[in-house]
Amino acid sequence: MLHGHQTWEFQNKPYILSSAAVGGPFEGEGPLANDFDILHGDTWLGQDSFEKAEKKLFEQACEKAIEKAGLKKEDIQFFLAGDLLNQIISSSFTARTLAAPYLGLFGACSTSMEGLALASLIVNSHSAEYVLCGAVSHNSSVEKQFRYPTEYGGQKPPTAQWTATAAGVAVLGKTGTGPRVTAATIGRVVDMGLSDPFNMGAAMAPAAVDTIEAHFRDLGRTFDDYDLVATGDLAKVGHPIAKDLMKKHGIKVPDHFVDCGMMIYGEDQPVIAGASGAGCSAAVTYGHILNRLRRGELKRVLIVATGALLSPLSFQQKESIPCIAHGVVIENI
Amino acid sequence: MSDKKKKKLTPTQQEYQAFAKAREPARPVWKNCIRAFWVGGFICLIGQGISEFYTTFFDFNERTAGNPTVATLIFISVLLTGFGVYDHLAQFAGAGSAVPVTGFANSIASAAIEHRSEGYVLGVGGNMFKLAGSVIVFGVFAAFVVALVKTIVIMLGGA
Repeated sequence: MLHGHQTWEFQNKPYILSSAAVGGPFEGEGPLANDFDILHGDTWLGQDSFEKAEKKLFEQACEKAIEKAGLKKEDIQFFLAGDLLNQIISSSFTARTLAAPYLGLFGACSTSMEGLALASLIVNSHSAEYVLCGAVSHNSSVEKQFRYPTEYGGQKPPTAQWTATAAGVAVLGKTGTGPRVTAATIGRVVDMGLSDPFNMGAAMAPAAVDTIEAHFRDLGRTFDDYDLVATGDLAKVGHPIAKDLMKKHGIKVPDHFVDCGMMIYGEDQPVIAGASGAGCSAAVTYGHILNRLRRGELKRVLIVATGALLSPLSFQQKESIPCIAHGVVIENI
Repeated sequence: MSDKKKKKLTPTQQEYQAFAKAREPARPVWKNCIRAFWVGGFICLIGQGISEFYTTFFDFNERTAGNPTVATLIFISVLLTGFGVYDHLAQFAGAGSAVPVTGFANSIASAAIEHRSEGYVLGVGGNMFKLAGSVIVFGVFAAFVVALVKTIVIMLGGA
């Protein structure tokens, strides 16, 4: 049901029956290592290309999530997924393996919450019993496409972010147990004219603020209504900017406003400003944050995944970076 | 940012960019310069050492030792690229490891390694000069212009 301008309220409150997160070696050294279901010691995952490794990462996360829900592959009625590679091949190839009806999504790093919002909408409208949604990214394949070869010696500025090697997947169902999805706010594309692909945090911060403020306005809520509000991948540069922007707009920003891009890696890991990538917010949400919800440490959270909708071509042609953010409310009821 | 570009931005965009700029960590230009100076100098020192080695132990003189010295440096750089060390060195050194011949070798080797998965012809062959290609194009063009100027000066009876 539409609430306000751009927020859906899900009266049937779909359940997140299970979720899974799979990561690479670098993620395994981070503080959230225990929240991953599978961690790989090798970034190749035994494959002969990084693109295949990314697909493998996603397939494993899907298998694990389906297994944890006590379901079979055949029970999944729809699969909603996205990634960062050209023509979202990792998602489509995973859908080929799953052989489930599939909708491919692209929202850059906001894909995780775009998928969760749409999956919830499908389940809420009785259009399916079980829906699988998720997102993936692989450091080497994404850097290869968007930036330079991984072994190229180019110095990155202090605003650059590190693409996470991770996949996060959730199974949604009409009935069952687990945290429930109660609302989602779909973001607008916001472009503040920034064009530096090594500073995506600053480019995406206004989109995150726009969506959070729209969410609060549509539902008449504030930060106090949530135990945790997490943005997806603004990192050390973008997150303080988002905070200051909201303060400037007269919103009191509490300590439980955090960022997935600053959670997945430790201070001692050389990721410069923090993490990014479609898999980062997916793995942090479907691993760490959902685990905390299940343990009862959190009651209601808002996840706002942000995406920079640029292409390697568009920034070479000096286009600015359009950005988007989607917010989803997950709660224990 | 150029004025032309700035004019296209709306006042809100301009305001935000100033707002964001004030909150971004600045590029440590001085620190980078000092590091580049020392690492770049150190690479040259190694080069000098190799050159001395060839003139002392082999039948090379100061002029002819240049080629084997460059080849050795390229070999070391490609090896370090393959072992995944060079990019870490570069994050520390910046221009210090990018400007010497080792940086040029790294840009070719890294692209070749990266695209190995697409095969030898379309992958390695087609992408090897992805980064180095523009250096070669503009290097050759600049050499052509310089040679042209020199030829004209000589033709006019300059020297």
